[in-house]
Amino acid sequence: MSKLIERLIWLIAIVGFVVGLYGVYMRLSAGHQAANYGSYVPWGLWVAGYIYCIGLSAGAFLMSTLVYVFRIERLKKIGKLALFTALVSLFAALFLIWMDLGHPLRAYKLVINTNFRSIMGWMIWLYTAYFVLLVVELWFAMRADLVACSSEPGFRGKLCNFLTFGRKDTSSAAVQRDSSILRVLGTIGIPLAIAFHGGVGALFGVVGARPYWNSGLTPIMFLVGALASGGALLAFVVAIWGPGRGSEEHRGLVAFLGQIVLGLLLFDLLLEWAEYSISLYSAVPAETESLRLVIFGPYWWVFWIVHLLLGALVPILLLLLRGRSVWAVGLAGALIALTFLSVRLNIVLPALAVEELEGLRTAFTGPGLTFDYFPSLMEWLFFIWTISLAGLGFLIGYALLPIVRTKEVA
Amino acid sequence: MPELLEQQNVFEQMQEDIKRALQKPVEERRWVMVIDLRKCVGCSACTISCVAENKLPPGVVYRPVLEHEIGTFPNVTRRFMPRPCMQCENPPCVPVCPVSATWKRPDGIVAIDYEQCIGCRYCVTACPYSARTFDTGHTYTEGTPEQMVYELLTNFEYGQGWDREDEGSPIGNVRKCHFCLHRLEEGELPACVTTCMGVANYFGDANDPDSLVAKLISQPNVIRLKEEMGTDPKVYYLV
Repeated sequence: MSKLIERLIWLIAIVGFVVGLYGVYMRLSAGHQAANYGSYVPWGLWVAGYIYCIGLSAGAFLMSTLVYVFRIERLKKIGKLALFTALVSLFAALFLIWMDLGHPLRAYKLVINTNFRSIMGWMIWLYTAYFVLLVVELWFAMRADLVACSSEPGFRGKLCNFLTFGRKDTSSAAVQRDSSILRVLGTIGIPLAIAFHGGVGALFGVVGARPYWNSGLTPIMFLVGALASGGALLAFVVAIWGPGRGSEEHRGLVAFLGQIVLGLLLFDLLLEWAEYSISLYSAVPAETESLRLVIFGPYWWVFWIVHLLLGALVPILLLLLRGRSVWAVGLAGALIALTFLSVRLNIVLPALAVEELEGLRTAFTGPGLTFDYFPSLMEWLFFIWTISLAGLGFLIGYALLPIVRTKEVA
Repeated sequence: MPELLEQQNVFEQMQEDIKRALQKPVEERRWVMVIDLRKCVGCSACTISCVAENKLPPGVVYRPVLEHEIGTFPNVTRRFMPRPCMQCENPPCVPVCPVSATWKRPDGIVAIDYEQCIGCRYCVTACPYSARTFDTGHTYTEGTPEQMVYELLTNFEYGQGWDREDEGSPIGNVRKCHFCLHRLEEGELPACVTTCMGVANYFGDANDPDSLVAKLISQPNVIRLKEEMGTDPKVYYLV
């Protein structure tokens, strides 16, 4: 079963990559002219996709700290898988937001001219630190397995051999040292992950001009959403690619992850309820206007069907009623992780799709001077391409690197 | 007020006010715009003159005129409200810029460095007045057999020549009204002010008690938009 799904995912990733190439061509040739975001809705699918992927990354990373920092025995074998998932998601997130810039070639200015009064200014440094940490941590987590794998014949063996960078000591003292380093790195990673993903939430939360974002709960919802969606993605990944597939141990592991995800999802829904109900009850138009768009607007189905039905109700039932079944938890994880894009879209867009001043909608017309936003073909294709690229990166990395091995460091 | 305005040619006085202000050090000037909503007829000449002055491409607008319909048929009237950049004293768009490409000048005008802006559009989300727009590089004659020469004319914002031909800035940048800073520094009024046929639009240095705008904004019938945001706008509306 999982082999079949794995093949299916290879197929989807390759098709997405090939079809998405046209989006890349459009982005490079037509720039932002082929996009449907513009002046009144300045951020669209790519920004939502960015916070979606960065959330998956932060969530998967924080799950890895359960292994390397909190040393939860049951999760021991999936630490590397969690780190690798986090790395691939981070790549997708940064690529999306990079191509969203009006001047991608000026991205270096974020480093040399950082404005530390801007939360976005902080992000570049936090992401850089996080990227370095992820790579280093993944290397230490894999080192002993790289050594083991380097004796294999063929390309894989050579690659593993190269990646050991000559450090081939696998004595128990060396492995123990790796484990201590991992604990330190993971411990640094916890506040870092909270800072960068809470930071993304704060990036939205501090915008006073958009009452829908402007809430102290925003960064907290980002973090909980990251844990729920990243945890769900990991549950799916472990169900399909996890160690010892078919064994009782694997089943127990997946079931345990499922229970964690269930708790996180319920907590996320509680925060969402708090945010929505308080705002709707107080009925201050500036904020309820955005909420009404979410609940009753032209894209009501994104909230009700994609998010609440497919992303919450169905997974909750699966996890409650079939929580011991690998396929049910895997499916629930996939549903939550996939549909979380709808949550991210419903954070970014409704705040922007309302007039800041009455009459703006009709005052002047032109491309981008509209409050009605639906992603253009280019935006969809480019988004699909990026996600497929990350998916292929994961699949290739999984095939070549000892990400799931019996020899574990923890 | 009518007596005041009849005393002399309004444009002449505003021109004099600007010249006086330019004699002072830049940090002692406080440029403000006053728009008399009772006189605005919604002709949108200010919008168009701004487009012409700054060579604005499709999708970029610095000063739209918002229309409000008041009442129900048959008792209907309309109110018009031009909306330039408010040049806030506390501009929410400035601190959010990750690369410090936008800032408040000493004379209060919020400027953008087109060569520094990376086009992230965070400032667009942060402006409570939707006064910032994104230049994606559209042209009016795209899709037609011939690109018109006037589409590629150089614009002179911030006192510098900006060529659209090379696809560089300001394409890919966020853009906004700057009170026609390049004209101001030459002693000329902003394009929207000179074009207003109903003379509903006033401009000058509020730090000069003798200026026309200083007198106008000391009237009780003055409002500013979204004052509750704490932005302290420098565009005043007479109602």
